[in-house]
Amino acid sequence: MRTTQAQRRFSSGLAAVSGLLVSCHSAFAAGIGQPEPWQMGRQVGVTENARDIHSFEVGLHWLSLVISVFVLGLILWCIFRFNEKTNPTPSKTTHNTMIEVAWTIVPVLILVAVAIPSFRLLRTQLADPKADVIVKVIGHAWYWSYEYPQTDKGGGFTFDANLDESKEPKLLATDNEMVVPVNKVVKVQVTSADVIHSWGMPSLGFTTDAVPGRLNQTWFKADREGTYHGQCRELCGTRHAYMPITVRVVSEEAYAQWLAEGKTKFARLDDGSKLADAR
Amino acid sequence: MATAAAHAGHHAHDDHKPSFFARWFLSTNHKDIGTLYLLFAFCAGMVGAFLSFGIRMEMEAPGLQYFSNPQTYNVFVTGHGLIMVFFMVMPALIGGFGNWFVPLMIGAPDMAFPRMNNISFWLTVAGFASLVCSLFVEGAPGAVGAGTGWTVYPPLSSQGHPGPAVDFAIFALHLSGAGSILGAINFITTILNMRAPGMTLHKMPLFAWSMLVTAFLLLLSLPVLAGAITMLLTDRNFGTTFFDPAGGGDPVLYQHLFWFFGHPEVYIMILPAFGIVSHIISTFSRKPVFGYLAMAYAMVAIGVVGFVVWAHHMYTVGLSLQTQSYFVFATMVIAVPTGVKIFSWIATMWGGSIRFTAAMHWAVGFIFLFTVGGVTGVVLANAAVDKYLHDTYYVVAHFHYVLSLGAVFIIFAGVYYWFPKMTGHIIPEWAGKLHFWLAFIGANVLFFPMHFLGLAGMPRRYADYPEAFAGWHKVSTYGGHIFALGMIVFIIGVVLAFRSKTRAADNPWGEGATTLEWTLSSPPPFHQFETLPKIVDEPGH
Repeated sequence: MRTTQAQRRFSSGLAAVSGLLVSCHSAFAAGIGQPEPWQMGRQVGVTENARDIHSFEVGLHWLSLVISVFVLGLILWCIFRFNEKTNPTPSKTTHNTMIEVAWTIVPVLILVAVAIPSFRLLRTQLADPKADVIVKVIGHAWYWSYEYPQTDKGGGFTFDANLDESKEPKLLATDNEMVVPVNKVVKVQVTSADVIHSWGMPSLGFTTDAVPGRLNQTWFKADREGTYHGQCRELCGTRHAYMPITVRVVSEEAYAQWLAEGKTKFARLDDGSKLADAR
Repeated sequence: MATAAAHAGHHAHDDHKPSFFARWFLSTNHKDIGTLYLLFAFCAGMVGAFLSFGIRMEMEAPGLQYFSNPQTYNVFVTGHGLIMVFFMVMPALIGGFGNWFVPLMIGAPDMAFPRMNNISFWLTVAGFASLVCSLFVEGAPGAVGAGTGWTVYPPLSSQGHPGPAVDFAIFALHLSGAGSILGAINFITTILNMRAPGMTLHKMPLFAWSMLVTAFLLLLSLPVLAGAITMLLTDRNFGTTFFDPAGGGDPVLYQHLFWFFGHPEVYIMILPAFGIVSHIISTFSRKPVFGYLAMAYAMVAIGVVGFVVWAHHMYTVGLSLQTQSYFVFATMVIAVPTGVKIFSWIATMWGGSIRFTAAMHWAVGFIFLFTVGGVTGVVLANAAVDKYLHDTYYVVAHFHYVLSLGAVFIIFAGVYYWFPKMTGHIIPEWAGKLHFWLAFIGANVLFFPMHFLGLAGMPRRYADYPEAFAGWHKVSTYGGHIFALGMIVFIIGVVLAFRSKTRAADNPWGEGATTLEWTLSSPPPFHQFETLPKIVDEPGH
């Protein structure tokens, strides 16, 4: 498993164990693009940011484990050492300034160590790089629709993506798929036509709410071709569980071909509806 | 309840009780109202548990087994959340234990406003009735009940639910919210004005401190919820567009208002538990609470900071980088005073002479499980990480660890600790311990696998899910059955307690129990502290 920037900046000891767990996770055969039975960790990220956050999260989980085991150890020590049989006379200690200062300062230091990589990852996640492809994603009750604006490379069409129960994986596959090129910055502009939905894509490492009246922009650069599945993440009514997302990441040539086909296959996008300006 | 014989010797003075109807329906006695709140919380909890049982049965396997209409499942999820938060945890901890023990602990004869106390309770009952009504009237087109989630986000709760079910749910929150605000005023007034002579704030037992902080949180946050749901009500019925972009409104405004209440609300549920756990740990370690002042002010700090972290529930709605960074920072700050509390409880046990009663089992179990829920809270506080985990089962696991295994464990701890005091009867220790182990194992089997489900990408509030999630969901459902078994043991324990002829001593827990309620008879006289006790030593220290 490659060492990411997040790990390097994390405290060295923690980075070592987190690396270990990332390797453990691959042993669990975490799903690529979809969950696997008995999966215990994240789905494999297909963008650099998703993988960096994955490593960071694994580090956080090791930290959580260490803290929980430490607290459990102290509790067990109290249970076995300070019960009424082994320690019939209780002490009367109620203050110890040194230790009280220590258990205030040490958590602060740990949290600062967590916050630094956390802020850096957040900055990358919310960065605004120049877009190669722009896709507008619209949530409906209960399906997603995608708009590819007219550019000099093609586009100018829109289509709906409904759950396709005849396809595998069940409840994750859609009839039409959002198709994007590999290794290109894709900007996704998410909004809703009715109630709030949420475009949750585990492989891309993020969830973006589809809020009526708002256009939420986010981006990703997938570096691996494949089909990736996601689901609606905001309770939106009866068929909330039945509006999955499928994103197919393809080579640049295949994308160009798909765009050309889409021109004839899908509904034309009304020229009047200009998308929000994105660099 | 109380028998005349039990305390005839203690208080020969005027101790007659009103007739049944006047006593339980027109009650102004803080102990009776506390008992009513506890009974109400138990009944509402049973309804909430029934709903969660429905949820767990459905989630046992992929596909729709029990709910032919997924909207009914959404209604169950919504009802479970609202009932457990507003009509089980809050009435039990605040209305129940708060009413019973705040006046006893601070040496007051009753609450400051006894008749307002009565209306607080009955408003809560009326709220519950309104919520139950909402389950049976149309919400979404062609389906009964409000399936909006306990957060009641518009536009799902406005355009998405044209029927009156959501209006009933809103009215339920209005009523119980008004009851809670009145209750909060009552607690603040009582604690600030009616402490026994000599009991300064810095000598006040930690449970009273926790209730004081909780009451301020209620007083400041509930009006914001009331405002938000009133705006929602007018959006629904009178054509306003506070939350409707078609008229210049914004659904995200509702989320800000809701979570400005909603986040303090989670501390409202857990702070009283913090207070109770301190007393139990101290009593059974036969040691005063370690770092009393730090413990009190940690709760104050949690209360204050709890008001400025609300948008960590909203990392995915499209907040700016600066806003998200601030909420990451502020949220992580809360871990510090919480850590102080965890370590101070352990330090209280350290060097003690611990007696492992049933109540102590629950309290010690709480410390560990709350730690687990706390560290996953720190994971979720990081906005970058939360983008993946938002609205997945990881979040479900996190908040059930801090609430279902936090607040609920301490409700049971409180019952086992104070049951002899409240009733004069004793729940057999074996029942409490068996109940604990079933609940401890059950709840962990129930909720721990949800972390894995969330990490694998399983979204919340799904009636149906892809095959890959089936394994852990099945395990989780088994855990639910074990937990339910524990509840049966609890009920058996309570029945045995009332059938048994043994009566509890005034102080069944020995020298470690130093707060004032243990100086009274078990159960206490109908009116206590007619001569105010003078505080010379340092209770709570």
